[in-house]
Amino acid sequence: MADNVVKRFETPDGVITAVDHVSFTVRAGEFLTVIGPSGCGKTTLFNVVGGLIDEYEGRVTVAGDTVRGPHPSIGMIFQEESTFPWRTVIDNVAFPLEIAGMAKQERLEKAQHFVNLVGLDGFERRYPAELSGGMRQRVSMARTLASEPKILLMDEPFAALDEQTRLLLGDKVLQIQQELKQTTLLITHNLTEAVQLSDRILVMTYRPGKVKRIVDINLPRPRTSEIVGSDDFGHYVAQIWHDLREEASKGLKDDESRRGGSRRI
Amino acid sequence: MRSVAASGKVVPVLFGLACLAAAVALIEGLIRAGLINRFIVPLPSEVGRSFERIIFEENVLMRLLVTCGEALMASLLLTVVGISLGVLLHRLKLLRLATETWIAAMASAPLVLMYPLFLVIFGRSAWTIIMIAFIAALPPVILKTLEGLSSTRPVLINVGRSFKLTPSQLYWKILFPAALPSIFVGVRLGMIFALINIVGVEFLINLGGLGQLVNELAERYDTPGTYAAICFVILVSVMFFIATERIEKWLRPGS
Repeated sequence: MADNVVKRFETPDGVITAVDHVSFTVRAGEFLTVIGPSGCGKTTLFNVVGGLIDEYEGRVTVAGDTVRGPHPSIGMIFQEESTFPWRTVIDNVAFPLEIAGMAKQERLEKAQHFVNLVGLDGFERRYPAELSGGMRQRVSMARTLASEPKILLMDEPFAALDEQTRLLLGDKVLQIQQELKQTTLLITHNLTEAVQLSDRILVMTYRPGKVKRIVDINLPRPRTSEIVGSDDFGHYVAQIWHDLREEASKGLKDDESRRGGSRRI
Repeated sequence: MRSVAASGKVVPVLFGLACLAAAVALIEGLIRAGLINRFIVPLPSEVGRSFERIIFEENVLMRLLVTCGEALMASLLLTVVGISLGVLLHRLKLLRLATETWIAAMASAPLVLMYPLFLVIFGRSAWTIIMIAFIAALPPVILKTLEGLSSTRPVLINVGRSFKLTPSQLYWKILFPAALPSIFVGVRLGMIFALINIVGVEFLINLGGLGQLVNELAERYDTPGTYAAICFVILVSVMFFIATERIEKWLRPGS
């Protein structure tokens, strides 16, 4: 649960409020997506919830426990490619188990389960350099899942991938989320991805990032990427885009005025 | 598939050897045509014939072992001390800011000219040669270790933080392996510096292995023998280069 979270940054141009009194609750087993235009403070919110930023106002709690620093119940998947290039797929996935001090045989067996879960069986002995971007992101996902977090926190994990791979990986995420009943908080700017995956979508305003609206997505589960073609799906995308368009326009204008300003200088 | 991969490795080696053979043939031709003075650069064929002489009469293999031993000792010292100092500078920001420029400046200082001072401290022994080589070769190892540690991608560090790694685990499980390619660039550069200094000081103080032999042969105006001895210096360099490549692949697979 995030309660009145505020995060300000000092910059040479003055203090910028990235996240402004943001409050929301993620229910157990729920898939909640935070969507907003570029610059709305999504990644700052990700870092606050994940405990990577300590200095902020408000409270983030997991089952009543205040988050200060990375919380053992939260597993994070990052936007950037984050596999360890010097470890094979299986050793990457077994990493959190190795840190936890699990015996080698046991951790490799457990890691194998999560490798299979993300559909990478047969690639266990490969190094990340031998895999595609989508496969590497699945390795990161399996590595985080192997630590068995209560909450999965993802920051635009498919941002660097093409649209088709993104949709197919979305299917994989849905399948895993349903199988593990994993509470998931996804940060994204992608409308299709948000509607395809979520139970609820939290729409954020452009800077300072506030909660604009929370939308319930009442699409049937289990879902696959085929749902993208349905009328209901289109209706939700249009509804959220209506909210988001205004914010994205503000962001664009702000960006253009700042660039124009620097040109004049 | 395997034969394609094998040919992918063999073809560049064969091409490299062919280029070397062509360069040797070109030099031979230029000398025979009188375009290069054969008193300065001997005929490659004469250099080839002198190998037998310097192996059996000049005891070159024993000298090769002496130079290799000195280079190995200097390399071990500069690897251990250089990496440790790089880690220390990475951890202590004030020390890094205070000394980084000085260390970079030290890399271009002709420390070999201070050999009389080292002779006074260590005597006319192998330790004089090893210590000059070690100190002259330290800067690249320190600086590349520091660069490797500092340029570790922040997302990898955040992965470590998200798994609640201790500072020591973060260092050994993430920062250090991530920095290894850069560290090995530093070690390889350091070894090159060290070998140049070892052969140079052996030459200057007329002691030890291949440098001393090069000195003796040059003073006898045995130019083919001198060039043949220099080939053995190159051999030492190649051996160390291959060894570091193997060690790097073993320590950091998947690159």
